Amino acid sequence: MTDFLQMIASGIAVGSSYALMGLAMVIIYKTSEVVNFAQGEMALLSLFLTYMVLEFHGVPYYVAFPGALLFAVFLGCFLEFAVLRRAKEPNVLGMIIITIGIEMILMGLVSWKFGADPKTMPFPIGPYDSVAIGEVFVSSLEVLTFVTAIALMVVLFLFFRYSKLGVAMKATQQNSMAARLMGIKTKRILMITWGISSFVGCTAGLLIAPTTMQPYMMWDPMLKGFAAAVMGGMTSLPGSVFGAYLIGIIENLFGGYISIEFKSVVAFFIIVLVLCVKPSGLFARHFVKKV
Amino acid sequence: MDMKRDYYEDVQLFSSGVKLFWFILLILFLALYPLLFKNYYVYVANYIAINVLVAIGLNLLVGYTGQISLGHSGFFAIGAFGTIVLMTEAHFPFLLALFAAALVTAVFGFLIGLPALRLEGPYLSIATLGFGLSITRIIGRIELFGGRQGLHAPELVIGPWHLNSDRDFYYLLITITVILTLAARNLVKTKVGRAFVAIRDADIAAQTMGVNLMYYKTLAFALSAFYTGLAGGLYAFVLRFIEPELFSLLMSILFLAMVVVGGLGSIFGAIAGAVLLSWLDLELRNILSIPYLGAWLEVLSRSYFSITGVSNIQYILYGFIMVLIMLFEPLGIFGLWIRTKIYWRTWPF
Repeated sequence: MTDFLQMIASGIAVGSSYALMGLAMVIIYKTSEVVNFAQGEMALLSLFLTYMVLEFHGVPYYVAFPGALLFAVFLGCFLEFAVLRRAKEPNVLGMIIITIGIEMILMGLVSWKFGADPKTMPFPIGPYDSVAIGEVFVSSLEVLTFVTAIALMVVLFLFFRYSKLGVAMKATQQNSMAARLMGIKTKRILMITWGISSFVGCTAGLLIAPTTMQPYMMWDPMLKGFAAAVMGGMTSLPGSVFGAYLIGIIENLFGGYISIEFKSVVAFFIIVLVLCVKPSGLFARHFVKKV
Repeated sequence: MDMKRDYYEDVQLFSSGVKLFWFILLILFLALYPLLFKNYYVYVANYIAINVLVAIGLNLLVGYTGQISLGHSGFFAIGAFGTIVLMTEAHFPFLLALFAAALVTAVFGFLIGLPALRLEGPYLSIATLGFGLSITRIIGRIELFGGRQGLHAPELVIGPWHLNSDRDFYYLLITITVILTLAARNLVKTKVGRAFVAIRDADIAAQTMGVNLMYYKTLAFALSAFYTGLAGGLYAFVLRFIEPELFSLLMSILFLAMVVVGGLGSIFGAIAGAVLLSWLDLELRNILSIPYLGAWLEVLSRSYFSITGVSNIQYILYGFIMVLIMLFEPLGIFGLWIRTKIYWRTWPF
């Protein structure tokens, strides 16, 4: 029983980082229908820059981490402004290709600068600090990740529901022409969306970095986050968080009881099964295309 | 553009004598190629020919039918491992093994096509991506396929011929590539090809006009998988050694990049993209030995970047090519070609 609870706990912990990545992807998809494959690498760039200033320039944590988040916002806004906005005939496939291209550029830059060998990110909480909840041990970092994920989700949910900017984002997604007629600067809205999404992605990265830090570190969380988002319906914030926890828990149970080797691919298998039954994910209303 | 006067003009393989002339010239060049160039360049040509096959197969799916796939390295792996295992374990002759493995790949393509009937956009991309990632894990697990150690290709014998050098293999490979390229070009000009294009442009409208979506979408997946599986089988003999790690997500992305850079929905584009990107791939593997540029890059890496990560410049370059092509010429190299042609035809105006 303890084993089982332990697996659930680590499932929830790993699910939290998937949830953050999933949220980041959903925010962009919600507003602009772009699947952002560069999400992980956008965070990666800020992470390695943070690592550089922490390790080599002696900048304290309380400057470096907010600085990283700020840089992430800037990077997100910049990419939208400089690249995505310039696309000539935007369609789903073209946008995917552009974001994959950005991903390769950022990944290449980071690997060129820092090499492929693993690094250790300095972090205020050590990787071996842990908290006991009943009989289950959870590392403090995992607790922090969980709390951050939930807090960010609530904040984002409230933001999209109640703030003027959030409503404007929703309007832009639903009908950008009508939104423009209502006086919303849709281009600026898209830019801000990318900034926010990059912020969330970077938060996820900062929480993942203390455990693994090498140029490929964001691939797995990004793909799992994407899978979670798809499972939740790609447009629903709570859906993607729910999907992320579900994937995290199933993955850990599968790894513990059935086969550790297929642990990382079982998520995709579940996704395909879910999509066969509900083609638009669990939480989205099925999207009927107008002809 | 050209005026089409009747239906047969639309379906014929070569629309003009000029094209036929250039095609024959190309065939002659390909036939003389191994005599003109060194061994290494024959290997390069083999590598390019494999990628051309995959790019054509993927373009049938992505460019013509409009279904995205991020899992083609999975089909590629099935073809490669299937061919070798059929030859070593079931003692099939090479060509039979190759086609049998390609048919098995086509069946997998059909199976992936089934969920694809209900999925589109991001949903389809994650489903195919999941397929590509899992298939290599599964192959790596099965002992028959050599596990993690991988497999060595057996001796290649067709009838009385022993094809063991790159030069010998070149002729077989080029023959297959040319035949399959012509087959693809023929296919897209027939009813099936037009059904694919109709599905890409408006699937509901296509269905209303009597195009059987289920049949044609799964057919597109199966055909694309067939091409990719066949290319995979041949790839195993170009490399002579294959392991599951080779068939990564990056490979699927590079295949997709070839199709997009070359031009979606054009056979010529698929060939151009595959030639350009696989040539770049081979050239940039030892980037520091490129004259002038290499020395400069070395200094740059030593002073601002790291010398160990210098091979990653390749990915930066790929990324820039992909982004710039999508931003400025969504039809890729094919689009550029069309534009240049029109520009010069009407030149002073």
